[in-house]
Order: sequence, then C-alpha cells, then structure tokens
Amino acid sequence: MCTVCGCGTASVEGQGHKHSHAHDHAHDHGHHHHHHGHDHHHDHSHDHDHIHTDEKGDIHFGKGLGATHVPGMDQKRIVEIEQNILGENDRYAMANRSYFAERGMFVLNLVSSPGSGKTTLLTRSITDCKDRFDMSVIEGDQQTSNDAERIRATGVKATQVNTGKGCHLDAHMVGHALEHLTPEEGSVLFIENVGNLVCPAAFDLGEAHKVAILSVTEGEDKPIKYPDMFYAADVMILNKVDLLPYLNFDVEKCIDFARQVNPDIRVMQLSATSGEGLEEWFDWIGQGLDAAKEKKRA
Amino acid sequence: MHELSLCEGIIKVIEDQAVAQKFKKVETVWLEIGEFAGVELDALRFGFDAVIKGTVAEQAKLEIIRTEGSAWCMPCGETVKVSTRFDACPQCGSHQLQITGGDELRIKELEVND
Repeated sequence: MCTVCGCGTASVEGQGHKHSHAHDHAHDHGHHHHHHGHDHHHDHSHDHDHIHTDEKGDIHFGKGLGATHVPGMDQKRIVEIEQNILGENDRYAMANRSYFAERGMFVLNLVSSPGSGKTTLLTRSITDCKDRFDMSVIEGDQQTSNDAERIRATGVKATQVNTGKGCHLDAHMVGHALEHLTPEEGSVLFIENVGNLVCPAAFDLGEAHKVAILSVTEGEDKPIKYPDMFYAADVMILNKVDLLPYLNFDVEKCIDFARQVNPDIRVMQLSATSGEGLEEWFDWIGQGLDAAKEKKRA
Repeated sequence: MHELSLCEGIIKVIEDQAVAQKFKKVETVWLEIGEFAGVELDALRFGFDAVIKGTVAEQAKLEIIRTEGSAWCMPCGETVKVSTRFDACPQCGSHQLQITGGDELRIKELEVND
C-alpha cells in the first residue's frame, strides 16, 4: 500500500507503530473513526427517488434507475454525495484551529522545496526571539528526527512527525503531534512541512498562515512553476538574500511572478545566516501572536 | 504525489455512505475536479485502482467531471475564464483576479447497487 504516497506509515516520533494511525484507513478501509471525536454525518446526502406509474396505473416509489423490481436483478440507484474529497482533512484542520484559538496561539505552516533554509530560519528565529515569545515546533520529514533534534538543541519543544513515504503533513498528523507536544498557551507554533512545493498546498493544517520560503539560489520563476503553493501562501520569504551579489536572481521579477499568482502575497526578503531583514519577520510574528492572544481574551 | 491520499479520502467517504445509505456495491463514482485543484488525473486514476481493492467500490468505474477555471476581474467587474492561476484577465490584462471556479475537489454522486 501507499507506494506513491506512503501515508499509512506515518508516525509521530517516539510513538512506535501503535500510534501511527494517521492513515489507518489506508489499510483496512473504512470504519476507523479516529480519536478526535468529531465524526460528522452528512445528512444532506439523499437518494434520488423516482416515482413511476405502470400501465395499470399503480404507482411505484422505486429507488432503482429503471424502477424495476425483477427478482434477482440489480437494483441500481444514484446517491448524491456532494462532499469535498478533503472534507475529512478539513474537519481535523478545524479541530486544530479551534485548539489554537482556545489557547491564543499563532501558528505558521512553513512550506518550501527541500534546501531553501527552513530549518536554519527556524533555529535562527528561535535563538533570536527566545526572550520575546514562547515557541514550539512540529517537524515534518519523510525520515529521521535530525531536524527536531536541531530544534531541541535551541531549547524549545519539538515533535518530529515522519510521514514515511508521504509527501505532506495532514491535519490529522498535526492533531496527534499536538497531543505529544503540548504547546504553551499564548505561544508561537511553527509547523515545518515536508520539503515539497506541490502537495502541502492542498492540506489545511489549521494554521493561521502558510509561509512559502524561496531561496534566491532557486529559480525566480518558482512562483509560476508551483502556482498552487504560492496561491495558498499568505507570505513569501525570499531567503539567503546575502548571496544575491553572486547570483543572477532577479528579485523584482520573482516578486512579480508571485503577485501574478497571488496579488495579496506579502513578501519579506531576509537572510537567516547574515541576519539581514530578520526584524521584519520577527515583528510580523509578534503582531500575529498579539492578535491571537487578543482574540482569545475577547 | 498526494493523489493516493485523496483516493483514500474518497474511499473513506464511500464506505461511510455505504453504511449510512445501505448499499453494497458501487458501480460508478463521479468526481468533480477543477483545473486548479492540483490533481494529476492519471495519478488519481492509478491511486483509485489501488485503493478500491476489497471495498464496496472494488468494481467501480471512475468518471471525472473537469471544471474550468474562472476568476472575478476587479477592474472589469465581471467573471472571466482563466486556465492558470497566474493568467492575466483576457479582457483588460490585469492580474487583479480572484479565482472563483476551478478549485473543485468533490465527490459528486455514486451509482450504487443494494
């Protein structure tokens, strides 16, 4: 199973297989109602009933397509579903979102290609902002807990979620990670998604904002090569700007591409290594956290 | 890459519906997939064939209804057709567009057998 996406093997670090039920239904199809207690029944689904009158004038309220009731014959009918395929994920995301709101937390979902400097930006942000706000991290990777260890070395709580062959975090995995992470009230939570500019775009985790990180060592046309992600993100961080003198990266062009996909995207240019531009990023986080705390008080 | 996860979501909905609406076999599944839904149809079909094994939808035929992209153009004040998220308005060339259609990712209906 899951040779493409491998979601069935997702695990929260340190929890072994008995907790790796992020996608149990991949294997046993169906009736696992997971543990967040918000199963929903969609009573807006309904049959299409067809009333048929036969030659004798008797009326049959048949459900079948042909309204026939011949013994031994199939009784086909159309069932209207009208459900979002991501509905299950969205319900878990909603549960996560209310968890965050109840605790006055500000949550960012960091998405990028591998190697854009997400983890370096995170460790730098944590080190520099330790005295400004409480922080914790959920790390998503296919394998290893290297990143969570890098984060823990800075002294903040981090939980690693290994997706196995999975290409993205989903809201259910994040829900489980939260049980282990137990983040502080009024804190910032960074969710570092699997390095992938495609799939994580579709999955709401319950975050306040998706933040797409693009380093200037990548192509400036990435926003239009991967438009779904830059459309889903509220912020684009251009990282590693200290390297610009050595590259042919056209910053204005890149921003133009991003605005073509998403006219409202906010762009921040910074370098997690040199520290250039970091204040704007920190201030933006601080404002978001203040707003989240304020909302909780209201 | 995430199409297999989507297929698992589809099967979950179908199996839940099989219990709620008391059917034993699914003949056809109609999905509505927008141009901007970020779904590769071949990968989706491949994933679907993989996940239906041993389910009520094991024999099911997959029908995909593709919906076109559309956007609200602010300068023009009307809905226009677009084929990518970064298209300019075909009328005025503006990028001040709000995508209004083409995001669909829905299970529309099922043909089932009791």
